[in-house]
Amino acid sequence: MEFFHKVPNINFLKARKLAMGMSVVVLIIAVVSLFINKLNFGVDFTGGVTVQVAYPQPAELRQIRDTLAAAGYKDAIVQNYGTPEEVLIRLQPKQGVSDKDTGSAVLTALQKASSSVKLEQVNFVGPEVGKDLATKGALAFFLTLTGILLYIWFRFEWRLALGGVAATLHDVVFTVGFFSLFHLEFDLNVLAAVLAVMGYSVNDTVVVFDRIREDFRITRKGTPFEIINLAVNQTLSRTIITSGVTLLVVIALLILGGPVLHGFSVALFVGIIVGTYSSIYIASATALMLGVSKKDLMVVVKEDRNVDDMP
Amino acid sequence: MLNRYPAWKNITVILVTVLGILFALPNLYGDDPAVQISENNATLTDATTTQVEQALDTAKLPYKSAALSDNRLLVRFGDTDSQLRALDVVKKALGADYSVALNLAPRTPQWMRDIGLKPMAKGLDLQGGVHFQLLIDLDAAVQNKLQRDATDIRGSLREKLIRYEDVTLSGDAINITLRTPDDTAKAKAFISSQYTELTVTDGPQPNTLVARFSPKDVQQLRQVAVEQNITTLRNRVNQLGVAEPVVQQQGGNSIVVELPGVQDTARAKEILGATATLEFRLVDYGANAALAQQTGHIPLDDQLFPDKAGNPVLLKRDVIVSGDQLVDAVSGYDQESGTPDVNVTLDSVGAAKMGEVTRTNLSKPMAVLYIETKTENTTVNGKVVPVHKKVYTVINVATIRGIFSKRFQITGLQQEEAQNLALLLRAGSLAAPMDIVEERTVGPSLGQENIKQGFYAAVLGFALVVAFIALYYKIFGVIADLAVFMNLVLTVALLSLIQATLTLPGIAGIVLTLGMGVDANVLINEHIREEVRAGNSPQASIHAGYRRAFATIVDAHVTTLTAALMLFLFGAGPVKGFAVTLSLGILTSLFTAIMGTRSLVNWFYGGRNLKKLPV
Repeated sequence: MEFFHKVPNINFLKARKLAMGMSVVVLIIAVVSLFINKLNFGVDFTGGVTVQVAYPQPAELRQIRDTLAAAGYKDAIVQNYGTPEEVLIRLQPKQGVSDKDTGSAVLTALQKASSSVKLEQVNFVGPEVGKDLATKGALAFFLTLTGILLYIWFRFEWRLALGGVAATLHDVVFTVGFFSLFHLEFDLNVLAAVLAVMGYSVNDTVVVFDRIREDFRITRKGTPFEIINLAVNQTLSRTIITSGVTLLVVIALLILGGPVLHGFSVALFVGIIVGTYSSIYIASATALMLGVSKKDLMVVVKEDRNVDDMP
Repeated sequence: MLNRYPAWKNITVILVTVLGILFALPNLYGDDPAVQISENNATLTDATTTQVEQALDTAKLPYKSAALSDNRLLVRFGDTDSQLRALDVVKKALGADYSVALNLAPRTPQWMRDIGLKPMAKGLDLQGGVHFQLLIDLDAAVQNKLQRDATDIRGSLREKLIRYEDVTLSGDAINITLRTPDDTAKAKAFISSQYTELTVTDGPQPNTLVARFSPKDVQQLRQVAVEQNITTLRNRVNQLGVAEPVVQQQGGNSIVVELPGVQDTARAKEILGATATLEFRLVDYGANAALAQQTGHIPLDDQLFPDKAGNPVLLKRDVIVSGDQLVDAVSGYDQESGTPDVNVTLDSVGAAKMGEVTRTNLSKPMAVLYIETKTENTTVNGKVVPVHKKVYTVINVATIRGIFSKRFQITGLQQEEAQNLALLLRAGSLAAPMDIVEERTVGPSLGQENIKQGFYAAVLGFALVVAFIALYYKIFGVIADLAVFMNLVLTVALLSLIQATLTLPGIAGIVLTLGMGVDANVLINEHIREEVRAGNSPQASIHAGYRRAFATIVDAHVTTLTAALMLFLFGAGPVKGFAVTLSLGILTSLFTAIMGTRSLVNWFYGGRNLKKLPV
């Protein structure tokens, strides 16, 4: 089976201005949404208490809300989690009560109303922990970005490095914006997924860059435009297969991974799709606009080692 | 000759494969839900085993086995339901002296255990349990030390006959007021030489001194406080009898405690977070406590505390012995009255001090002051913040009837109070108050559910990948599939080898590397196809395909590894688990894709006269 019997000849970069314009519009929407909707941060970041309980029969959410309100938790958010039998209750920290005891207090109240309720999970996160997490997440993000920039600069060239960083940034803003726009909960696992998307996106970009460099070195004629277009076309088959296979796996996680991994899988799903797009349009097109040319990549490298001696 | 591998490379690949399978194997056996029984300060015997077996038989609870090893009795069950019911049954049958905890016991056969092969440890999200993060109030630790020094200085000055007006604390300084310039000079020299951690300077008024910690000492005090708190927490956790607890420092001022299998989080929290300690002080029987409370005129050397009924008691400022000078504490019953008590043993310094004080104060009253730090939320500038509050209670006032030093009893407690107090005194006191700032409790059934979901997701993901690649690249696809499978085996083997903890995000990491691990194989196969299309011979195509893919594969893996590394450095808990599996998966993918597939391809096609390449 083959998707492309010969190297396709699609003029990807011809549409680069249109694509970049679209990307800019989408990113503006993402940023505006981040300002207006903000992110629906999970308890990992905001602090507070979540209690997950399971009933033997489908849970009566209204009854649970009433029970909790009677116990003094009027602002409790009660929703189903995964299955109709399971319920997730979210509470904000309250004055006068120690947060630590909220979980057991909620459970006691629910048990009084229905003795068959079972405790599945209690998460209590103090506000200082959440803040710490947000800072660390931001730091990890910027350091990863810097690491990527330096690596591509060192291995390739600064124009490509900037292209790679632009693409990675694009993917992250898009994914986070997606979570903001659709009010999806942003928890610790989603943060991990976003950072994994960075790794994936750059992986994809580097493969295309590698081909761009190779083509610049072996082709005698041709404008940078033509050569980059050629490289994108040559790697297209690989790009689609790798992204497709990774997406298959993410779909498996999405279907069977359960509610805990749901946000994680959604972030990866979105991230991988935009990551594939961005290595073509954002990364390569940025490098082209910055004027990358043959002479920038003509470093004499001895590549004549016998492959059989390689590890 | 093209596409032939030297023997050593083939042997390396085979060796790594065999070792990988061996190390990954223990994970196939799964676990039994189990109940683990241990006894504090005593050895378990076969009698206990019989007792437990009988209790389970009476309750008609089927169990798989009950085995005693390493002073732990492990009872295995078929399902979590019987395990949970058995927990109650066993607890009731054995009483309070035993620690009974839930555990997951791996089902690996004996020979594997004998050569040290173990499955990955399961995280709390997969086996149930509780995770705490405690934040240490380090400023309080420094303040406590300052207070102790102030008390100490008061006593020493009196002993050295240096006359002082007052020794008080204000902020981060001890203010000492003395009578004469001569005394001031003497006190300054004495304090500087005896209390090296304090820097003594002349105060603003004549005959006053100000003593402070240097920044370096503050730093050291903080580190010591963290370490002491960790030690104390370890002791307390051991007293709780948890299967495989984790107590470790995280960052500068917090400690993470993980208690797999623990369900009774209320008690765990009570014991971990408790800051209860004791002080023995003399009662100022000459003064009228009630009057002092009314008028607010408290004698200079005294402090006012409530007793259990809320009545005021005047105690001397000086502490005879405090909780950290205890070496042992056992709860029991007073032989005469039959009321609960705590039998206390002091260390030599404490014993000497106690002996001296009781000798000079015969038939005068002495009090036991119980100090507990409680945390309450208050609102400061619109934000809810936790505040520590010390709660003092005089639990007992007794007349000193004889000289005692090393051993004595504390009475005046309820039974449960006596038990908890003994446990806390035994485990040592905390150097600084702590707050639970994060708690994650996972029920055992949810853990099972998480394992199931993770397992199914991994199987489905793997099946999809394998089917697609085999269809797409035919023989080369099958070889790539073998590589992806080996990638999975090696990742699991490495995780087992380093005894990493597997969490649900960790499983997601493994599943994700399956997808990304395919990438290297795709790169190689795409390059080979390209060479074939360009009209090269099959052997030359394989050779050139691998050669050209090599640099790309390394670049792509290194960049992904960069991101995984950042995740590891800055991630917490589950994110870290994800980062570990992702990084290991990337490394094994490098090996299997480049060396593993090559040795298969060379063995299959190398040196053969091929007309066409099925790729």
